[in-house]
Amino acid sequence: MLKKIVNTSVATMVTLGVTAASAQAACTNDVWKKVMERGKVIVGVKADYKPWGYRDPSGKIVGMEIDIAQAMADAMGVELETVAVQSSNRMQFLEQGKTDMFIATMSDRADRRKIVGITSPAYYTSGTNIMAPKALGFKAWEDLRGKPVCGKQGAFYNKVVTERYGVNVVAFTGNAEAKQALRDKKCVAWVYDDSSIGSDLASGEYDAFEMPLSSEDDNPWGLAVPLAERNCVFGNFMSGLIFNMHQDGSLIALEKKWGIKATDYLIKQNAQFADWLK
Amino acid sequence: MLEAFMEFFRQLAEDAPRWNFIFFYEERQWLRIVSGIKYTLLLSVACVIFSVIIGVVGAWLQGAKSKFVRRSVQGYIQFFRNTPPFVQLLFFYFALGQFTPTILGDDGWTEYPIISNIGWAIISLSFFAGAFNVEIFRAGIEAVPESTQEAASSLGFSRLQTYKEVVLPLAFRVSLPALNNNLVNLVKTTTQAIGIAVPELLYESVGIWNDYPSAQYPTMLLLFVTFILLVGVLVYGMHRWETALKIPGYGS
Repeated sequence: MLKKIVNTSVATMVTLGVTAASAQAACTNDVWKKVMERGKVIVGVKADYKPWGYRDPSGKIVGMEIDIAQAMADAMGVELETVAVQSSNRMQFLEQGKTDMFIATMSDRADRRKIVGITSPAYYTSGTNIMAPKALGFKAWEDLRGKPVCGKQGAFYNKVVTERYGVNVVAFTGNAEAKQALRDKKCVAWVYDDSSIGSDLASGEYDAFEMPLSSEDDNPWGLAVPLAERNCVFGNFMSGLIFNMHQDGSLIALEKKWGIKATDYLIKQNAQFADWLK
Repeated sequence: MLEAFMEFFRQLAEDAPRWNFIFFYEERQWLRIVSGIKYTLLLSVACVIFSVIIGVVGAWLQGAKSKFVRRSVQGYIQFFRNTPPFVQLLFFYFALGQFTPTILGDDGWTEYPIISNIGWAIISLSFFAGAFNVEIFRAGIEAVPESTQEAASSLGFSRLQTYKEVVLPLAFRVSLPALNNNLVNLVKTTTQAIGIAVPELLYESVGIWNDYPSAQYPTMLLLFVTFILLVGVLVYGMHRWETALKIPGYGS
């Protein structure tokens, strides 16, 4: 009896999976059409990730990723509405249709591609590093073995550093809490994206801290459209937009605008995609 | 048998990409779940015990002669009952946590607070549920007839003795159903300890589904089932207790 129920439910799930796959092939462009009809695109962005997505003193969400979203909305000829998302819910919001797409500092990982439509080329890359007090003088990742390190829930490298170096990651729900815990000396370091740590250190609020290790796992950041529309209008449009932003150097300009340390990746892409007609 | 069980879920994950019950076939994830359940149990048991103690003591102090004591208890109840438990948790850990003594770690920098995040979670959740328990026991005490208390004091019982030997045993029986409700709520509220990184079941579950997005639905399902069982055991125990304490003709 039980076996029968299990078999039936598995069969149902498989059928549902197959239906989803065949729908993908057909390209109905539902979300794209909905956006066009509505005259407004709803984009999931970060609100706690300076300077990619954060709130300015007036409470408005601004940042480099919001500028990319604005460029996208302008090209689509629609209005832009931003929705603040977190690492642990950005994919779910897109799946549930709360957002039409998101640009939310997400690393492009194989298991994530199964759930949302991450388009290529990537608009940014970053590696994993730590912010640690100068007083502790960490030299290598191995120094962190068994020590409490603050982090944020939803980051893929929590698992990577735990498994690779035996770091004891204490994951908080947000960056604010994690950094507060570091300042309260509840952990020996904060594990995060090197680019974000870099801009925090540059802000002058973390003078007693440093980014002492060599970054690990340089990882492209992916923006995502609904999985079913990755190879349809929406996905292809995003690929084209990001390609153009690499080619005409506007991503490098945005990086400069927001005071982000220049990354090799953007310079390389800019050279690689350079127009052959000069 | 176990091998076949693991194989079934490994196969299921391949056939249905959203139903990856990874914790049933990968040991590392299974251990995370087990450790999460341990912390959830620890939080639940500790908070249930402390909150009931707070309730009993608080209800007794509510009948104190001193106006100051009565007002203090009232203030405590108003504060903890009228603010969100999640905010209390963050406030206790981050704000009050600053003022507790710390032990300097071996590295000369890290400061280990003598009250850990688990300690703060137990304290703040116990106070939160305790505030409700005080009111629940007060209702029970008020249900004990004045004449019974007068009879006790005419037999030479002191105020404490009357409370301990006569009022509380009777009041407790009246309070049990309401207490039951509050404790069920308390057990479920322990999940909010995720806010201060206590590695309880929700924390570990969120960790797993962030590492393996394909395991999200199964992990949510596991959360539901675990809490249904956990609360089920609590409710069953409370029912048994209620039946065992029943006095024919008193209450219902």
